[in-house]
Amino acid sequence: MTETATATTTTTHVMTINMGPQHPSTHGVLRLLLELDGETIIKAVPHIGFLHRGVEKLAEYRTYQQCIPLTDRLDYVAPFSNNLAYALAVEKLFGIEAPERAQHIRVLLCELTRIASHLLWLATHALDIGAMTVFFYCFRERETIYDIFEMVSGARMHLSNIRVGGVARDLPGGFLEKTRKFVAEFPSRLDEYETLLTDNPIWKKRTVGVGVISAEDAIDYGLSGPSLRGSGVDWDMRKSEPYSGYDKYHFTVPLGRNGDVYDRYRVRIEEMRQSNSIVHQALNILPGGDFLARIPNVTLPPKEDVETNMESMIQHFKIIIDGIRPPKGEVYLSIEAPKGELGFYIISDGSSHPYRLKIRPPSFVNLEALPKMVEGRLLPDVVATIGSLDIVLGEIDR
Amino acid sequence: MNKMDNEAIATLVKTRFPEAITGSGIFRNELTLIVKKDCVVDVARFLKENKELDFNFLSDLCGVDRVGTDGIFEVVYHLYSIYKRHRVRLKAPIVSNDPRISTVTGIWITADWHERETYDMFGITFDGHPDLRKILTPDDFEGHPLRKDYPLDGRQPATLRDTYRKGEA
Repeated sequence: MTETATATTTTTHVMTINMGPQHPSTHGVLRLLLELDGETIIKAVPHIGFLHRGVEKLAEYRTYQQCIPLTDRLDYVAPFSNNLAYALAVEKLFGIEAPERAQHIRVLLCELTRIASHLLWLATHALDIGAMTVFFYCFRERETIYDIFEMVSGARMHLSNIRVGGVARDLPGGFLEKTRKFVAEFPSRLDEYETLLTDNPIWKKRTVGVGVISAEDAIDYGLSGPSLRGSGVDWDMRKSEPYSGYDKYHFTVPLGRNGDVYDRYRVRIEEMRQSNSIVHQALNILPGGDFLARIPNVTLPPKEDVETNMESMIQHFKIIIDGIRPPKGEVYLSIEAPKGELGFYIISDGSSHPYRLKIRPPSFVNLEALPKMVEGRLLPDVVATIGSLDIVLGEIDR
Repeated sequence: MNKMDNEAIATLVKTRFPEAITGSGIFRNELTLIVKKDCVVDVARFLKENKELDFNFLSDLCGVDRVGTDGIFEVVYHLYSIYKRHRVRLKAPIVSNDPRISTVTGIWITADWHERETYDMFGITFDGHPDLRKILTPDDFEGHPLRKDYPLDGRQPATLRDTYRKGEA
């Protein structure tokens, strides 16, 4: 903690304090330099990059399939959404589509991911503000979702379950029952969280009117996802640019009004209800058929063919060793990830490696608006505001 | 207030800026406009302020290294209109021996961090940017890692690691 000699006309002492990079409420390795006058924040400067692993550079040296595990490690609390955005971008480059069953499996797992991501957000956000019980409740449900993920892919966190052209494997036995049970129970759990927070006077005092951003500013700052919808802007890419068959589902897009921490909280809580309903619909309409498209030189042939048919075995080896080669061109594809617009910009030069892979991470852009939301406010509001933006440093630093 | 199709957007922008737009293309139903780097601010402002286009949202801004093949860097802007629901991609080629271009932070505030990242990763200078500092790499990191001539396994001096161990960085 250092005191600087600079003083403005309204202040006598400006104190600069360092919040993070090891601070529990910065949700990772975010460092904030705060200039304070008493408890009022005059200036906030975020410093990022502590988790920079050069994912975009690495991707230029990997084949298109090898990039999938890299995407898991961006927003590591919602890996499936990252996989999906990347796979959709590569599919767009090829001009192919996943079979219907794969699309519904993707939606199903994507919405479970959204619930898991929002549960982690709610747990830590409430913990930051001092409501500890919520943390344990949320992690109880999140555990069930992670058990489901483990059934599907064998991994709990980094699923890498998507392939270009579909998903890696079909849903395992017991999946439908377990998921149905979760979907039936979850709405009552959500009510449970809400009884702890929504009308709680302490919660409201900490969140209502805090971290306010207007709709115009939110758009100008490039906010997306629940952080933008908290300000009342009706933009959800599942509705505006439906991908992976989202247009077949019925759901509403919850909106806030005031753009404060409380409204963003209400939006995410309602989103979990909607996601639960989407999962329920997906379970009911899940069609039969292939889980991976059959496209020569792009998708792996079915395992039983590889074991019995020489041509298929050669195909299999060629795809693994040489990689897949999309035509020359470039695409930008973005999806509604739990945090907002997650985009992949891929330039292909016709080889088996991306010439350039640019990731548009929602948290990176959302964090950029933090100083706007906290300057002029009190120090404890910073903690509440960071929580309400739901940032993950893995995708900010890449 | 309807979505415009790609051809209509291209025609509208080309009519307004016959000189500045040097090319356009549509691939996988995505419109790309190539714009002269000196005109990028004017074109961007038009795209945002024109009522029919209404590109109020800068989705993404990034650099691309094409020095090896064409001797240029590209700055790529992905624009979206939240109310009209259409997209466009702007590309501004800049010569590699003097990579600089005007900032668009005056049009979309969100460009601030994107331009800092592009500066950090490619060494492209954004003239008029309010606070052009490195953003992802440490202060004493040398070079621009996303340039194609930068090796994958890095080339930082061995002393850098010692600096971090001592906690002086």
